[in-house]
Amino acid sequence: MKRYSAFAIAREAFRQHQGWTRAWANPAPRAKYDVIIVGAGGHGLATAYYLGRNFGITNVAILEKGWLGGGNTGRNTTIIRSNYLQDPSAAIYEKSRSLYETMSQDLNYNVMFSPRGVIMLAQTQHEIRGYKRTAHANALQGVKTEWIGPEKVKELCPIINLDGPRYPVLGGLWQARGGTARHDAVAWGYARACSDMGMHVIQQCEVTAIRREGGRVVGVDTTKGAIDCDKLGLVVAGHSGVMAQMAGFRLPIESVALQALVSEPIKPCMDVVVMANTVHGYMSQSDKGEMVIGGGTDGYNNYTQRGSFHHIEETVRALIETFPMVARLKMLRQWGGIVDVTGDRSPILSKTPVDGVFVNCGWGTGGFKAIPGSGWAMAELMAKGASPLTEEFSMFRFREGKFIDESVAAGVAH
Amino acid sequence: MLTLQCPYCGVQADETDLHAGGQAHLKRHGPGSSDDQFEDYMFVRENPKGVHFERWRHAYGCGKWFLAARCTATLEVFGTYPAQTTEPPQEIRDRISAKRPGWTWGDFA
Repeated sequence: MKRYSAFAIAREAFRQHQGWTRAWANPAPRAKYDVIIVGAGGHGLATAYYLGRNFGITNVAILEKGWLGGGNTGRNTTIIRSNYLQDPSAAIYEKSRSLYETMSQDLNYNVMFSPRGVIMLAQTQHEIRGYKRTAHANALQGVKTEWIGPEKVKELCPIINLDGPRYPVLGGLWQARGGTARHDAVAWGYARACSDMGMHVIQQCEVTAIRREGGRVVGVDTTKGAIDCDKLGLVVAGHSGVMAQMAGFRLPIESVALQALVSEPIKPCMDVVVMANTVHGYMSQSDKGEMVIGGGTDGYNNYTQRGSFHHIEETVRALIETFPMVARLKMLRQWGGIVDVTGDRSPILSKTPVDGVFVNCGWGTGGFKAIPGSGWAMAELMAKGASPLTEEFSMFRFREGKFIDESVAAGVAH
Repeated sequence: MLTLQCPYCGVQADETDLHAGGQAHLKRHGPGSSDDQFEDYMFVRENPKGVHFERWRHAYGCGKWFLAARCTATLEVFGTYPAQTTEPPQEIRDRISAKRPGWTWGDFA
């Protein structure tokens, strides 16, 4: 792998940019790997990357039925924060946020991490109490957040309307170290680093069956032929239920469509991320100038990667009340992604009833922020059989009643 | 927009008039049942890419709960039927079989 640097740009400028090589290889699958990861989105690629970097396991294939980062990694609103209420969540999301800070240097790939700060607006008395509680919990967890009053909200985000017709802004939970990153670059950076370690990123290779012998995984059948493996990691977000069915178990997960949209690009007007959970809307401005807007989920199971239009209407209505200046913006694009939602709105990183099969799913409506932390923890789980970060996120926690209940803290917006 | 016909009042209702109520035909086991059965009832869900059975409520209409057979991969609706049943009626199953031969869902086929 040729390193990217200012020097490399200068060198290539003198030879018509003929020296750039492909960022990752496009190999044919081998007959057997030590580890197969299904799903080359952010979480799958990060899992493979940390398997190699932290544990020296590089005989790894990452199989992707579509194209690299073409699922939810390319469909989210790129928000990164770690202001969760419960201890296990704070631990894994804060690990993730801290890994984002050095990701560009670690991967030698500019992921454009921008710690611009995230405000979660409190617009009801319940939210004031809830967010103050979260701020106190975060203080104990070592996550830097603070409760701020409406004047401070206005100072941080001048385009906000504090006295909305339905819900006035009463304050907010402020995480100065939260922010955004370039979502495609996260997938591409990990893919390049994995490929450099000798791992195989294999696109357009759909897994059609999971082969087992005596309760243990031995390989997978794919559209590019059968491939054997010792360990299998299922990191497929919305299609986790489909993969679990192939492996012969069921998950406490339902897949629904979550939508987002972006406006036409405008001049810089907002340098923080604002989330308004009561009215269901959240917004930030991309480096290109587009307002990036997150919408709501459908209430019913759906695999179509498109959602119902009335959710867009609700989201836009809420945003016009909160940010009156967006009323005259044209919207450029709208899309949907299939998110895998668990009963307690917390993820599953777990061993499964099949030996050698591990599952990383259930990130629901907020997986992007978790990509590096999820990969870090999943790699440790797959390499060593246990990880302090994943201990509480077992798929068997439900039967024991050990929920990590984030549905109040995080059930709506990400 | 998804539209479903309410089997009680016959109205072809938009999804904004309806409330989605999750998976249909959940089986609640009685005293003496195992932890596995309780977990199945409480948390584990069918999550197929294809034929699915769901509970819906005609919230801004007659207010009654009914059940629907739907495809989650195409959003095609196979039919709706009253909620006072423990399994999909034969007529609905036949209609699904005509369009999705060999379908299975939980204990049904």
